[in-house]
Amino acid sequence: MIELYHSQRAMRNMRRAAMQRGVVAILDVGSSKIACLVLRFDGADRGTETEGIGPMAGQAGFRVIGAATTRSRGVRFGEIHAMQETERAIRTAVQAAQKMANIRVDHVIACFSGGDPRSYGLAGAIDLEGHVVTEQDVSRVLSACDVPDYGDGREVLHAQPVNFALDHRSGLGDPRGQMGMRLATDMHMLTVDGIAIQNLAHCVKRCDLELAGVASSSYVSGISALVEDEQELGAACIDMGGGTTGISIFMKKHMIFADSVRMGGDHVTGDISMGLGVPASTAERIKTFYGGVVATGMDDREMIEIGGDTGDWEHDRRTVSRAELIGIMRPRVEEILEEVRARLDAAGFDHLPSQQIVLTGGGSQIPGLDGLASRILGHQVRLGRPLRVHGLPQSVTGPGFASAVGLCLFAAHPQDEWWDFEIPVDRYPARSLKRAVKWFKDNW
Amino acid sequence: MQQIGPRLDPAPSRWSYRMQRLMLTPLYRNLLRVGLPFVIAFGSVTIYMSDDMRREAVVTGITDLRDQFQSRPEFMVSLMAIDGASTSVAEDIREILQLDFPVSSFDLDLEAILTAIRELPAVADARVRVRSGGILQVDVTERVPAVLWRTAQGLEVLDADGMITGPATSREEYATLPLIAGEGADKHVTEALDLVRAAGPLGARMRGLVRMGERRWDVVLDRDQRILLPEDAPVQALERVIALGQVHEMLERDLAVVDMRLAARPTIRMNAAAVEQWHELQATNAGIAGR
Repeated sequence: MIELYHSQRAMRNMRRAAMQRGVVAILDVGSSKIACLVLRFDGADRGTETEGIGPMAGQAGFRVIGAATTRSRGVRFGEIHAMQETERAIRTAVQAAQKMANIRVDHVIACFSGGDPRSYGLAGAIDLEGHVVTEQDVSRVLSACDVPDYGDGREVLHAQPVNFALDHRSGLGDPRGQMGMRLATDMHMLTVDGIAIQNLAHCVKRCDLELAGVASSSYVSGISALVEDEQELGAACIDMGGGTTGISIFMKKHMIFADSVRMGGDHVTGDISMGLGVPASTAERIKTFYGGVVATGMDDREMIEIGGDTGDWEHDRRTVSRAELIGIMRPRVEEILEEVRARLDAAGFDHLPSQQIVLTGGGSQIPGLDGLASRILGHQVRLGRPLRVHGLPQSVTGPGFASAVGLCLFAAHPQDEWWDFEIPVDRYPARSLKRAVKWFKDNW
Repeated sequence: MQQIGPRLDPAPSRWSYRMQRLMLTPLYRNLLRVGLPFVIAFGSVTIYMSDDMRREAVVTGITDLRDQFQSRPEFMVSLMAIDGASTSVAEDIREILQLDFPVSSFDLDLEAILTAIRELPAVADARVRVRSGGILQVDVTERVPAVLWRTAQGLEVLDADGMITGPATSREEYATLPLIAGEGADKHVTEALDLVRAAGPLGARMRGLVRMGERRWDVVLDRDQRILLPEDAPVQALERVIALGQVHEMLERDLAVVDMRLAARPTIRMNAAAVEQWHELQATNAGIAGR
C-alpha cells in the first residue's frame, strides 16, 4: 500500500504543478464518448467576476476555456479494451480542446467508470500521545486503519477519511487541535482493477500528457449532480453511462459508497439492434430520437421507419411502431434499475435518513425514465444535470457530462485523501532503512 | 448508401498531434513569429552584402540616385545676384566665393558663404539665400567711409566705427572726408568726427586732426598752427578756442600753438618774428602805449 501512497502523492504533486502553471485538462474516458475540457485556474481574480450569480459550490477560480467531445473507441464497460483505438480517440479530443483553448496542455486529470469498483469502510483508533490532536496523530490514526484484503491486482483509487471521533464525540470534521484521549476514524476506500488504471495511464502517456490525477467517474458525477443539501443529508447518484451505470452514495458531503453495474445505454442499443435487425448506428439513432420506457395508446400508431440498405424494397421499407420499440427498451432499463436497486440495498441505502436518488448520465435522458425509476428505486427520484461552471459551452451542459463537470470540481477542490497527510513518523525510518538494505542486497 | 471505402478516421496522426502541440507552445510560437523572419532577413542581407562587388554596386547606386536627385533643374542655382554693394565690393565677393555656376543648391554651403562675405572689410552685414528661379541672392550692407586715416603705410578709409573699409590711393579721391593721423586714431573716430563738426567755423583752414601719444587730439591748421586739446572734453576746449578766435581774431595772428591742455590756463606760443616785434614795441612804448 505504501507504493500506492507514493504514486498517489506523485500525482498530487503533479496536480499542484499543473495548478501553478494554471492550465489542466480534464479527460472523461467513457464507453460511448470521450470528453476533454481545458481548465484555466485564475484564483486571483475571484472578486472581479460580476455575472450576477456568485460562486457556486466553490468552483469559482477556474474557467473552462476548451471543450471537445469525440465518439469513444476501444472502450467497453468503462475499461480500455483496444489501446490504440482509445489512444487515437483521446488524441482527437485533446487536440480539439487544445485548439479551442489555444493553449498547450501538459497535465491531465482523468476519470473512468469501469474497473469493477469496490467500496470498503475502514475503521481505526489510536491512543493519543499528548492531549491535543496533532496532524501527526491524524496520519497515525489513518494508517492504523485495518486494511482489508482487497485482492491482488487491485489498486486503491480513493481513500477518504469521512468521520473522526474523539473519545465519545463522533462526527468531527477536523479533529486537529482538540483535546482528548482516544482518536478514532472511519475511512472510505475505493479499489479498482489495477490493470484498468495502468491501461489508462499508458494511453495518456502515449499522448505525451502527464497524468495528474485519477478519479472514479461515479464519484465525480455525484459531486456535480447532487446539490448541497443532498450531499449533506444523504443521496445516491445513479450515473447511467454507455457501458456502465455508476452508483455513488453521499452523506455529510463525503462519498460513503460507490459501485457500478456493468450495464448501460449500449446494451439498450444492442437490444434494439438485435430486436429490430438493424445496424448499431441505426439502433442508436432510433433510440435517441424515439426511445422511451412508458408506452401509451398514441405510441401504437406512431410508426418508425427503420430502413436498411440491402436493396430489397420490402426489407428497406420496414417500419416498427414506437410501442414495439418501447417494448424492447423497457425490460433492459428495468433490468439496469433492478440491479441498481440490489446494489443500493446491499449498501444499506434504506437506513439513510434521506433517500434521495438522482439520475444523471446520458442514459437518464430516456423519456419517462423518472417515472419508471421511482417505481423501482423509491419515491424520491429526480433527474440531475451537472452544476454550472464558468465558461462551460452550452453543448457540454447536458446530463451526459456530469462526470466531466464533476471532475472539474474535483480538480479545483479535491477532497482530503489518506495520502494527503504525512507519512507517520514511526513508520518512516524503518521503512527507509529496509529499503536501503534491500538496495544493497540487490546491487551487491 | 453504403460506403465503399473505409470510414475516414477523425483522429489526428501521432505526428500531426505532436506538431500541433509544438505550435501551441508559447516559446516556439514566438520563435517562429519573431525569430525566424529576423534570421531570414538578417541572413539574406548578410549573404548578399558579403560580396565586395555587390556592396560597391549598392553604394554607387545609392550615390547615383542622390546625385540624380540633387542635380534636378529645380535645385540648380545658375547665377548670383548681389544687392547693395558697390562694383568693387561685388567684384571682391565674386572673387572670394569662386562659384562656378550652375551648381546644385545642396552643394552650396550658405553658412560658409555668409561668413566669407562678412569677413570682407567693406561689408558691414550681409544676408544670403537661394531665391526661386535658381538665383543666389546676396544682400550686402556696405560700410560708409567717414574719415581718412594717414599712417606710415599710406592712406586708409575708416567708417564711423573706426573699421577700415579699404585703402585710398590719394587724398583727392576722398577730398570731402576729414583727415586724421597718428597712432591709435582709428579707435577714436567718433570723437574725431565730433571735433571736426565743432571745428566747422574754421572752414578750409583746418587741415586735420592728429592723435598725440594715443591719448589726445591736436587740431592742425594751415600756416603750421596747432591747437593742442586736452584729454577730457576736447570739444568744449576747441569751441572755446574758436570763440576766442572769432572775438580777438586770435588765429589770424602770428601764432604757432594754442595750448588748451590745461583748461584753467590757456596758453599761446608765438612765432619768433612776432616775439621780436613784441619786444620792440615794449622798448619804444616803455610800457605806456600798450595800456
